[in-house]
Amino acid sequence: MKPLDPRLLRYARGTRAYLVATVVLGVILAALIVAQATLLAHGITAVFLDGAGAGDLLPTLVALAAVVAGRAAIAWAQETVAARSSAAVKSELRTRLLAHLVALGPGRGPDTGAVTALVTRGLDALDAYFARYLPQLVLAALVPAVVLARLLPADLTATLTIALTLPLIPVFMALVGLHTQAANRRQFRLLARLSHHFLDVVAGLTTLKIFGRAGAQAATIRRISAEQRHLTMRTLRIAFLSSLVLELLATLSVALVAVGIGLRLVSGHLDLTTALLVLILAPEAYLPLRQVGAHYHASTEGLAAAEEAFAILETPAPTSGSAPAPAGTIVFDDVLVRFRGRDALRLSARVEPGEVVALSGPSGCGKSTAFNVLLGFVTPDRGRVVVGGVDLATVDPAAWRSTIAWVPQRPYLFAGTVRDNIALGRMPTALPAPPTAFAQCFTGDGLGAPGPEVAAAARLAGADSFISALPDGYDTALGDDGSGLSAGQRQRIAVARAFLRDAPIVLLDEPTANLDQVTADEIMAAVRRLARGRTVLLAAHRPELIALADRVIDLGPPPDEAVPVRSPAVDPAQPVGAR
Amino acid sequence: MSWIRLLRVAAGPATGGLLLAVLAGAGAAGAAVGLMAVSAWLISRAALHPPVLHLMVAIVAVRAFGLGRGVLRYAERLAGHDAALRVLGRLRARVFARLAELAPAGLAGYRRADLAERLAADVDAVLDMLTRVLLPYAVAVLVGTGSVLLVGAYSPLTGLTLAAGLVLIGAAVPVLQARAARRADGRRAPLRAGLATGTADLLHGLPDLLAYDAARARLAGLADTGARLRGAEQRSAAMAGVSAAVTALVTGVCLLVGLAAGAVAVRSGELSGELLAVVVLTPLAVFETAAGLPVAAQHFAAARASLRRLADVLATPAPVVAPVAPVAVPDGPHTLRLERVGAAWTPGRTVLHDIDLELAPGARVALVGPSGCGKSTVAALMVRFLDPTAGRVTLDGVDLRRIAPERIRQIVGYLPEDAYLFDTTIAANLRIGAPDATDDRLRSVLAQARLLDWVDTLPDGLETLVGEHGRALSGGQRRRLVLARALLADFRVLILDEPTEHLDDETAAALLDDLLAAAAGRSVLVITHRTDIASRVDEVIELAAPSSLARS
Repeated sequence: MKPLDPRLLRYARGTRAYLVATVVLGVILAALIVAQATLLAHGITAVFLDGAGAGDLLPTLVALAAVVAGRAAIAWAQETVAARSSAAVKSELRTRLLAHLVALGPGRGPDTGAVTALVTRGLDALDAYFARYLPQLVLAALVPAVVLARLLPADLTATLTIALTLPLIPVFMALVGLHTQAANRRQFRLLARLSHHFLDVVAGLTTLKIFGRAGAQAATIRRISAEQRHLTMRTLRIAFLSSLVLELLATLSVALVAVGIGLRLVSGHLDLTTALLVLILAPEAYLPLRQVGAHYHASTEGLAAAEEAFAILETPAPTSGSAPAPAGTIVFDDVLVRFRGRDALRLSARVEPGEVVALSGPSGCGKSTAFNVLLGFVTPDRGRVVVGGVDLATVDPAAWRSTIAWVPQRPYLFAGTVRDNIALGRMPTALPAPPTAFAQCFTGDGLGAPGPEVAAAARLAGADSFISALPDGYDTALGDDGSGLSAGQRQRIAVARAFLRDAPIVLLDEPTANLDQVTADEIMAAVRRLARGRTVLLAAHRPELIALADRVIDLGPPPDEAVPVRSPAVDPAQPVGAR
Repeated sequence: MSWIRLLRVAAGPATGGLLLAVLAGAGAAGAAVGLMAVSAWLISRAALHPPVLHLMVAIVAVRAFGLGRGVLRYAERLAGHDAALRVLGRLRARVFARLAELAPAGLAGYRRADLAERLAADVDAVLDMLTRVLLPYAVAVLVGTGSVLLVGAYSPLTGLTLAAGLVLIGAAVPVLQARAARRADGRRAPLRAGLATGTADLLHGLPDLLAYDAARARLAGLADTGARLRGAEQRSAAMAGVSAAVTALVTGVCLLVGLAAGAVAVRSGELSGELLAVVVLTPLAVFETAAGLPVAAQHFAAARASLRRLADVLATPAPVVAPVAPVAVPDGPHTLRLERVGAAWTPGRTVLHDIDLELAPGARVALVGPSGCGKSTVAALMVRFLDPTAGRVTLDGVDLRRIAPERIRQIVGYLPEDAYLFDTTIAANLRIGAPDATDDRLRSVLAQARLLDWVDTLPDGLETLVGEHGRALSGGQRRRLVLARALLADFRVLILDEPTEHLDDETAAALLDDLLAAAAGRSVLVITHRTDIASRVDEVIELAAPSSLARS
C-alpha cells in the first residue's frame, strides 16, 4: 500500500498544506535533536573528565534550555497542526461523501449501516494516520539523514553501523506490510458486517422477542465477537510481528553500537564526547522509524477507510440534463424497465394536463416503477418519457421534481416535529446558522412553512384531528422513522405533504392503502379537491379509488414474476420509499 | 450501575491475561530504561580505560536489554489485545441481552440509529479503556517508580525532578487537558450521534427528500453538524499540542537539572563521575515511555463517557419485570382476558382506558377501530410488552404478571404491523419462528401463506436473500413471509395486526380465509381497519377513539 494515497490530496485539499508544514517542522526538530545531543555530550564530558563546575557549565546550560524550549514549541505545533488537518480532512471527505450519495440517488450506494459506520467512525481512523503516521513518516526520512550527517565526521564506524541497519527497517516493514494489507481489509469489512448485523438485530429486537429468539441472538453476538477476536488476533500477530522485528533491529543496533563504542573507548580509539554523542543520537536515528512501525497498522486502517470513501466517491453518478422543467402532456413512449433479466414495466401512455388517471393492476405490475421512472429514480432501459415535447432525460431532475407532489406507498418520516415532516421541502435550502443546538438542523425548528399553511394541508389530508390530539400538537417530536404513529397516520402526514407542495403534477401511490374506511373516504374527497386543475396519476387497486379517475390505464398482470436479488440495489419494481 | 463496576464485571474473567500484559509491558519499558542506563555507565567507565573483562557484565546486560525489549513488547501487546477482545465480546452480549429485556416499551426514548451507534462505538470503547489507558498507565507506574528509585539513589534532586516530571505528565497534564477538553468531548458525542442519525435519515429517506427537493437542506444541515464536529475536534487539538509541549519541556528540564545537579555533586565528590551520564541520560528513556500517557488519558475521557452511556442503558428500568416464582400455565385450551384495563406507553399518556375483552379457546375475534385508537396497545398488553396501568390481563385466569414472560410468548403470538425481516435468507427468516423446522415444514407454511409458488420460481429458493429490511421483496411478499413465520411458530393464541395490509382486495380476502383456516384450533385476534372482516369472525369488537369499547 502506498504510504500516501494521491487521491487524499485530490479529495481533501487540507492534506497538501499539512504535508508542507510537517516537513518544515521536521527539519527544525532534527536540527534541535542534534544540537541537544551535542550540548549534553560536551557538558557531561566537561564535568566528568575536565572537572568543570556548575558555573563553568552555564553557557551550555543556557543553550540547552533554549533547545528544550524550541523542542517544546515544535512538539506543540506538530500535534496541533496534525489534529486540525485531520479534522478538516474528515469533515471534507464526509461532506463530499454524503453529497455524492445524494447525487447517486436512492439504492445506488452501499447499504445504510456501512455508510453510517464509515461517516461516523470509519473516517476517524484517519486521525491516527494524520496525527501519528504521516508526521512520523516525514521524520523517518529527515531525522536519520540529519543524525548521520552529524555523526559521519565524528565516528565512521558507528555511522556505518547505523547507516547499514536503518534500511533493513523499511525493507521488513514492506515485507510485513504486504501481509497485513489484505488482513486489514478483511478486518474492516468484518467490522462493517458486525455493525450491520447489530443494526439488523437491534432493529428487529421486538420480532426476536416475540419468537423468544432474543437469547439465541445474544449467543450469535457472542459467537461473532469470538470470531472477530480470532480474526483480529490473527491480524495483530502479524501486524505486531512487524513491530517486533523493528524493535529488535532498532534496539539491538543501539546495543551493538553502545558496546562497540565502549570497546573502542577502552582501546583509546575514541574520545568520550564523541562516544556520548553517538550513544545519545543512535536511538534518535531509529526512533522515528520505530514509531512509523508502531503506527503502521493505524495507517493502514486510516487508508482502508479512505479507500472505502474513495470507492463511493468514484462511483459515477447518473447523468442528468439541465433543461428547465417542461409542462404539458406526459407521454410514456414505449417505456421498458428491465430488472435482473425480467421486465419490471412496459408502458406506452399519454396523460393530458388536468387529467386524473388511475394506474391499475395487481401488485408487482409496475405501478410504482412508473412513478420511479417519472421521478427519475429509475432510468428506462428502452423508450423515453416526454413531457410537453421535451425528453425528460434532458431536464434538470430537481427542477422537474419541483413540479411533482409524490405520496409514496411507505413514506419516510424524519426525526423532527410533525410540522417539519409536513413542511418537508419547504425548508430553505441554505440553513442560517442557528445559535443553539445542532438539533435545529434536523428539526428545522422555526424555519419551516408558516403554521397556518401546514395546518391547512393537514386538514385537507384528514390529519388535523389526530395531530391536534398529540401531546404537543404539530410540535410533537416523532421518533425513529415516525415510530409512535400508526401506518394510517404516517400516510396522512405524507398526503398533507403533497397538499402543501401545491404542485401541478400529483403522484399518489395507493394513498388509501393504510386508512380505515372513514379516513379513506375523507382522503378520496380530498383527492377530488386536489385534482382540480392538476394532473393526477393514481396507483390504485381499490375500486372506489379507481372510480375517482377520469381514465384507467390497466398495466395488466406483472410482466414477469418478481425475482428477489442478492444486491441491495434498488428494485425498480418496488416503491423506493418502501423499506 | 457505575462504569467502573460495569468494566470490572466484564473484565473479571480476563484478569489473568491483563496482568500478564502489564508484566510484559513493564519488562519491555524496563529494558529500554536499562539499556540507556547501563550503556551510559559502560561508556563512562570505558573512558577510564579499564580492562575489558571488567565491562563484560555490562556488555552482556546491554545486549540482553536490546533483545528483551522487542520480545516483551510483542508479548505485552498480544496478551493485552486478546484479553481486551474477550472483555469486548462479553460486554457486547451483555448489552444486547439488556436491550432485549427493554424492547420495545423500555426503548421508546432511544432512536434506533442511536442504539446501533451505541452498541458498536460505546462497546468498542472498552478496547480503548483496557489497551490504551489502563495498560500504559500500569506499565508507566511500575517503570516510573523503578527509574525514580534508580536515579534518586545517585542524585536525589534529579530523582525528585524525574518523579515530579512523571507525575506532571501522567497526572497533572491529563487533568488539565481533560478539564479543557471535557466541554469539547461533551459536545462531540451528541454531534456524532446526530451525524449518525442524520446520515441514516438522509439515506433511508432519500427518495422522499429528492422528490420534495429537501435533500440539499438535509445535506446543509449535516454539513453544519460536520463543521461543528470539526470545530469540536480542532478545539481539543490545541490541547493535545499543549500536552506534547509540556512533555518535551519536562524532559528537557529533567536533563538540565540532571546535568547541573550532577555537576555540583561530582565536584563535591558526592557522585562518582562515571555515574553522571547515567543520571543525566536515564530520564531520556523514561520519558519516552511516559510520553504516551497524555494520549492515554485523552482516550480515558472518551472511553469513560462511552462506558457511562452503556451503564445508563443497562440501568434503564425494565418496562416489565419477570415474576420471581412464576405460575405454570399448562398446555391446553387458553383463554386470554383483558379486565377493565388501562394502559400507557409513557407514564401519564393514557392510550387505553377501562377495556374489557375476552379471547376464548378457538375464538375468532376482530378488533376494529380507526387508526391510532390503541389497537396495537391491546396486542402489546397481551404478549406483556407492556403492563396495564389499571385492571389486569389474564391467561387462563392467571395475571400475566405472575407468568414467566417467555411462557406467555410461547402461547401467545403477535404479528405486529411492522414485523421485521432480517437481512438474511427466506429460510433463516422463517426459522426465527421455529429454529429446528425442516425444509418441508417451511414449504408447508409458505404454501399456507400462498407464497410457495413464488418461492419455487426463485433460482435460490428458500436460500434467497431478502435484502436489508426485506427490501428485495414486494410489500405483499413481505407480509406473507412474516405471516408464514408466525404460522410456523405454532402459537395457540395468535394476534394479527393488520395482516392483509398492502395486499389487493382479492388476495387479501383469500389470504384472510387461508389464514383463518390454517389457524384452525387456535384462538385468533385480528386487528384491522377492514370492515369486511365481520363475516369471517365470531365477534367484532369496535375500539373507538378515544378508547372506549362498544360491542357490536
